[in-house]
Amino acid sequence: MDLSYYPGCTLKTKALNFEDSAIAAMAVLGVNLVELPRWNCCGTVYSMADDDLAHHIAPVRNLVRVAEQGSDRVVTLCSFCYNTLKRADLLMRNSQEKRDTINSFMDDEIDYDGQVEVVHLLEVLRDDVGWEAIGRTVKAPLEGLKVVPYYGCTLTRPQGVAIDSVENPTVLQDLMKVLGATALDFPLATECCGSFEIVSDPDAVVERAYAILGMAQRKGADAIVLSCPLCAHNLGQKQAEVADKYSDFTGMPLVYFTQLLALAVGVSPEVCRFDLSFGGVEALLRERGLIPQRV
Amino acid sequence: MARQERIGVFVCHCGNNIAGTVDVKRVVEELSHYPGVVHVEDYMYMCSDPGQELMRKAIQEKALTGVVNANCSPTLHQRTFRRLAEAEGLNPYRVEIANIREQCSWPHADDKETATRKAIAIIKATVEKLRLNMALTPTVTPLTKRALIIGAGVAGIQAALDIASGGYEVVLVEKDTCIGGHAMQLAGTFPNLEKPDSLMATRLAEVASHPLIKLYTYSEVEEVSGYVGNFDVKIQKKAGYIDKERCDACGLCLEKCPVVVSSEYDCGLSQRKAVRIPSSNTVPFHPVIDAEHCLHFNDGQCEVCREVCPEGAIDFSGEDTFVEEKVGVIVAAPGYDLLPVGQPEAYPEDPDIIDGLQFERILSATGPTNGEIRRPSDGMVPREVVFISCVGSRDPEHGVPYCSRVCCMYIAKQALLYRRAVPDGQVYIFYMDIRSDAKGFEEFVQSVMDEGGILYLRGEVSRMFRDGDKIKVWGVDTIIGRNIEISADLVVLARAMVPRPTTRELARRLNIASDEHGFLTEAHIKLRPVESLTSGIYLAGTAQWPRDLPDTIASAEAAASKVLSLFSREELLHEPTIASVGEEVCSGCELCVVNCAYKAIEIDKRSNVARVNEALCEGCGACAMICPSNAIQLKNSTPRQFFEIINVATG
Repeated sequence: MDLSYYPGCTLKTKALNFEDSAIAAMAVLGVNLVELPRWNCCGTVYSMADDDLAHHIAPVRNLVRVAEQGSDRVVTLCSFCYNTLKRADLLMRNSQEKRDTINSFMDDEIDYDGQVEVVHLLEVLRDDVGWEAIGRTVKAPLEGLKVVPYYGCTLTRPQGVAIDSVENPTVLQDLMKVLGATALDFPLATECCGSFEIVSDPDAVVERAYAILGMAQRKGADAIVLSCPLCAHNLGQKQAEVADKYSDFTGMPLVYFTQLLALAVGVSPEVCRFDLSFGGVEALLRERGLIPQRV
Repeated sequence: MARQERIGVFVCHCGNNIAGTVDVKRVVEELSHYPGVVHVEDYMYMCSDPGQELMRKAIQEKALTGVVNANCSPTLHQRTFRRLAEAEGLNPYRVEIANIREQCSWPHADDKETATRKAIAIIKATVEKLRLNMALTPTVTPLTKRALIIGAGVAGIQAALDIASGGYEVVLVEKDTCIGGHAMQLAGTFPNLEKPDSLMATRLAEVASHPLIKLYTYSEVEEVSGYVGNFDVKIQKKAGYIDKERCDACGLCLEKCPVVVSSEYDCGLSQRKAVRIPSSNTVPFHPVIDAEHCLHFNDGQCEVCREVCPEGAIDFSGEDTFVEEKVGVIVAAPGYDLLPVGQPEAYPEDPDIIDGLQFERILSATGPTNGEIRRPSDGMVPREVVFISCVGSRDPEHGVPYCSRVCCMYIAKQALLYRRAVPDGQVYIFYMDIRSDAKGFEEFVQSVMDEGGILYLRGEVSRMFRDGDKIKVWGVDTIIGRNIEISADLVVLARAMVPRPTTRELARRLNIASDEHGFLTEAHIKLRPVESLTSGIYLAGTAQWPRDLPDTIASAEAAASKVLSLFSREELLHEPTIASVGEEVCSGCELCVVNCAYKAIEIDKRSNVARVNEALCEGCGACAMICPSNAIQLKNSTPRQFFEIINVATG
């Protein structure tokens, strides 16, 4: 199965481990992620201002690119890209007036009126591939690995774009169970990591990071599983500061769900680029015997 | 040959309501030449005493054979004028209302000409209908002066005692093994802090020993047939496997039974045996064996209770039995449940996150901790207790849209009882609004707010989760506009009151309506609050709507008084404007049978034609509309009458 794939900026820079592991794992599962030949910024943050239509042009142009490719579906990995693209698509579907304004502004493009369905890779795994097929493909179950799922905000909010239950999503837990890992109950799974406050109020992010990381540690997790490069950045970059400020915190590995998926279906650990992950993921996996000891 | 009609027409001005739009004088003039009309008169208010006097005089002096009253809707004064006619010797079904107010002067207030012409047409059409009206007499059905009451909670017990004290027999059916309902689980009443179980004790004893009350516990209504005055009820008595006559309630079987299951009476906070007796003050005090959990009924081996019983009262061969009772009326009082755990889904399942009824048990001297306040997980005395109002209530997205009405008050009561038991404890109460709208309620809430250690926080809770031995509660205080985090030892959720899941099925068996939530529906929310739409079936208590104890008792007393007023008659009169079958035309196709909402039609097996049960038919006309051969007609609403009406209206 070929699927149009929109990477977004971070996956080509800081989150190479996210992209590489995803493409390799999906290939094992028989899904070919076909990167859009041309793509631009997703818009990063969905503008809530009613008259700020210019802000939606970036994501809509990306959807036009998908349509041009002859595809009616596009998959993203980054939760933020998913959120902005999906909400821009909904805006174009639901408001005729705004749709007309944006389409006539982009008179160099074909009209966009909701031809493309935006999905997140977790939805593809759950709904297209299916847990059962993934389970059959697993070669190296992640036995003994205790993880907590962390969705952040953009996968389940607002309600109209949620890939799962808004209050109690389970898709990450379900995936982890299929891969043989133990998914622990994590009450803060959909709490905010601090998001763009990292720019204006980094201290606030330290507090958010401590709340989430500390809870994961108290729950006895070996690692946090996530799907958002910004969450990974905030929870990763601030770990040293958190540990300085709160002595009970000793560090928490962060891993993208695609890295664990890839590992479990037999992709080589080198491709998963655990060296780019925060919090000592590589050491953890070695210790658990899930990747070979370094010679 | 048609009879010589002598019809009187009375046109009401209704002050300016009609006369301000309709030219009444022109209407009178037009009608005075109409065939068959011998008397036309108008008056300012026909429903007033002088107005009625005009009608009375005309009936006598002109020897009228029929009357058309042109005025307001028939729901208002049809009864008035028909009664008057009957008193003057004119058959009441020879009186018809021509509605020239709601259907004419009001909607056409800006067009006098149209309104006047339409009023004339309405009256003429009504005269044509009246010409073909039969002089009917109400049907008479016998009345069994016995009442069935379903549910022996506070409502059922109150209704039973009221009806029995009026001198009539009551059949009281309770699904559980004992009577008293949820009230027996409560730790105290608001605002007086009395003990509900001791308040109830005398009533329970009275019900159990009343010579006119026949009590069936551990029983359910299986089937109901018949109609007002003559219901046949089949009751299933579940096997209890313990002979009530022999058992002397020594408790040995309870003690020795090896099976342990979660106690319904303590809302899962304690455990009971497969031999069941809810509590020491249970009425009636008869243990039963719960076959679902009993080992004997699962592996066929265990006979411990039978072996230890000194009276030989245990009999595993018992079977469910059925009894039939004949009653004239039914009062449905099946009670309520709380919104189940798992809803709303944002709140996690945790032993220290409990609901209001569970906290009643913890506060109660007969509860799992004998009245000591201890939390379920580890038995510690909770020092920080958070109450959350409106859990599922007033929340159409996650629960139910309505207000559960009792929570604000019981939270205040529970907070007070908790503080009396744990004087250094701290209470936080998250609320949306405080609804304290009955006698003494607001004063009570204010006095609780003035207690030390009870903090009311106006706002909602966004998340709750376990963190070590605490429950973290995240919420917001919208008055100071700040987020709040509380490390609680115990969280009490005021879960929404909902109908029991079995209430819909009961409604189906009784052929009464229930609403979108499953609550039983009253005939009219303002004017007929304790009657169902099926005559002879009344509603009481929380199966109808969330109610506190006084409201429940008031509704039960109201239902009982409706029953008593019905029982004060010797027989029942029924409207005669009902369906009748032209037997020579009916083909027995059963379309009318399946379309009758009142189950009033049956196919007579011998003659293969439809038969209308006159006591059940409400005259809705659904059968007449569906009948492919026009075999069924409504008396005084026949197709011929409608043709005449249409002729006038279009002529």
